[in-house]
Amino acid sequence: MLSKMKTTAAAAAVASAFAVPASAELTGDLTIFLDTSNPAPRATMEAMIGRFGEKHPGLNIETTVIDREAYKTQIRNFLTADAPDVATWYAANRMRPYVEAGLFEDVSDLYAEPAMAEGLASTKGALTIDDKQWGVAYTYYQWGVYYRKDIFAELGLSEPTTWEEEKANCGKIVASGRACYTIGTKYLWTAGGWFDYLNMRTNGFDFHMDLAAGKVSWEDDRVKQTFMNWKELIDMGGFIADHQTYSWQEALPFMVKGEAAAYLMGNFAVAPLREAGLTDDQLDFYQFVKINPDVALSEDAPTDTFHIPANAKNKEAAREFLRFATSAEEQTIINNGKNLGQLPVNAGSSVDDDKFLQQGFKMLSTNSTGGVAQFWDRDAPAEMAKVSMEGFQEFMVKPDQLDKILSKLERARGRIYK
Amino acid sequence: MTVASDIPETESWFHKNQQKIAPWLFLAPGILFFAVYVIIPIFQSFNLSLYEWDGLGKAEYVGFSNYEQLYWEYVDRDAFFISLKNNVIWLFMYLLAIPAGLFIALFLNQTVRGIRIYKSLFFFPFVISQVVVGLVFSWFYNPSFGLLNTMLDWVNLGPVNVLGDENLVTYGIIIAGLWPQTAYCMILYLTGLNAVDPEQIEAGRLDGAKGVRMLWHIILPQLRPATFIAFVVTIIGALRSFDLVSIMTEGGPFGSSRVLAYYMFEVALSEYGFRMGYGAAIAVVLFMIMMCFIAYFLWSMYREEKGH
Repeated sequence: MLSKMKTTAAAAAVASAFAVPASAELTGDLTIFLDTSNPAPRATMEAMIGRFGEKHPGLNIETTVIDREAYKTQIRNFLTADAPDVATWYAANRMRPYVEAGLFEDVSDLYAEPAMAEGLASTKGALTIDDKQWGVAYTYYQWGVYYRKDIFAELGLSEPTTWEEEKANCGKIVASGRACYTIGTKYLWTAGGWFDYLNMRTNGFDFHMDLAAGKVSWEDDRVKQTFMNWKELIDMGGFIADHQTYSWQEALPFMVKGEAAAYLMGNFAVAPLREAGLTDDQLDFYQFVKINPDVALSEDAPTDTFHIPANAKNKEAAREFLRFATSAEEQTIINNGKNLGQLPVNAGSSVDDDKFLQQGFKMLSTNSTGGVAQFWDRDAPAEMAKVSMEGFQEFMVKPDQLDKILSKLERARGRIYK
Repeated sequence: MTVASDIPETESWFHKNQQKIAPWLFLAPGILFFAVYVIIPIFQSFNLSLYEWDGLGKAEYVGFSNYEQLYWEYVDRDAFFISLKNNVIWLFMYLLAIPAGLFIALFLNQTVRGIRIYKSLFFFPFVISQVVVGLVFSWFYNPSFGLLNTMLDWVNLGPVNVLGDENLVTYGIIIAGLWPQTAYCMILYLTGLNAVDPEQIEAGRLDGAKGVRMLWHIILPQLRPATFIAFVVTIIGALRSFDLVSIMTEGGPFGSSRVLAYYMFEVALSEYGFRMGYGAAIAVVLFMIMMCFIAYFLWSMYREEKGH
């Protein structure tokens, strides 16, 4: 009797293991909330959900797309009140408040499955809090310096690799009557990107993470050194004027019109730059230069994620959706140039032929040995991110106020990390 | 028959007190909603301001520590101080809408062909949404393509980045706010002017009053009710200024255009805000400031009614 039960259980296990990819007979409703409100990502997501629906005809899938900015505040309400079965969000500290409040489902079991364990190893860390995984990544993208190749050629410049070269290049660009970098800091986070790179290059990845975790004083000399490096570019006139009034999109025309030569941005800036008329002969990419030669290079690569709310009703179907969305095949499709135009998270997928994606993928997989950060406002706690990015903006406008700004941030650190 | 004769003896309690109960019955829905949506939330806010709560997990009682932090922010000239200072600037600058509205009303209060069209054109900014007003003015001030800098260029001035300069930004936003608020005050005065007694003007004219003297001694006293309402709506409007700040600058650059209402939203409900208790404490402070004005208005209205 006992042995018979064992065998049936084993048979069932084998059967289900084989049955899962074919059809797990999922039924009921599956509600999916998305923040991919821009036209292209929206179409990509809807097409992917369509393919998932074809595989599971018994499932009634309902998709709600919410404006990306509005989503950031609405998520608190819907996670507690009327939770969907799957919701998009961001990795690292950005998901911590929800994890700590018990609003996200622990999906460590998915990572225990061999297919997922192998395929998703690279983003597992970003989704881990307290040794458990709370969601899966579905896309990520590189950051770096996008620049006008034609302007560089005109001025006889080449892609810099060291801080000295970067500054020398910038000097020549400024002398030609242009700004080196365009940036729009109205919504603050763009300044966070600059701080990420300058601090990671000056003091290294571990120091940067310690600072984000509140373990280092903002008045530390090493932090000051980061700002001193930044100040060199500011004093040179490296950044466009009045950047505090522009959004990141409003800063694009400066580069398109050739009034600025480069933009430190995420790969999502490529699409609007191409739409504005820049060809691939005019536009190129280089990794942010080395500053401190003793420090290993590390990069920002923000990851967008899927989570299952703890209050979800159809968790079985939601798990199946997560498996589907991260499968090698789907990852290749949704991240290709026609869709999201970003990097796939599954090791088994292939990266699109787009030159920026190829460069970015190579950079992240071979030349980012120090570590991979999410982004300042995802690595630091929300409050600290807000206060500090405001400080970065103020510093970029009034670099002489550095001491006052840092003492303000240090006060905030004392209050925020308890 | 017996049943009918019983009625006068056992006349129901409702019937006996109908006169007294009726007004309360009519008021009941209003009172109920006012209590649920206004009175009770006021006490809830005050209660919440004594807790530390991220809006998701458990709330922790912290006594008056939120207020203490606000005090220190005030001492350190931090965000709370800036918001409070900006609120005061708003309060005074916004009052300019009253004389401006009066001036336009006097100007438009004539019988010319097509005056109705002019009046509606002047009233137009009040009809469009504050969001649109904010956007229009952001474009006007925009340093790269804004009309303001083009105009300043004609007279060889500028360029000036109004919304990017921490000393100008609040004034820039208030000017945007004055545009619809002036229209509002204008419409209040236009209605008031309709009620001005022509006989008194005639009498004044016989006594030789003209121009400013006529305005000050004859017209303005008769416009008192309109002025009173204009004051009330403008002061309340200045204190609850939020939409323009949110649309035009999001409190920036580096937080220098914050006002209390926006700061409250920022710390409690915005993208990076998770401090419900702290937000509630700011709300309580704002409520207290508003209460001073509201109490004064109510008191003067009460006095007025008693006088008549």
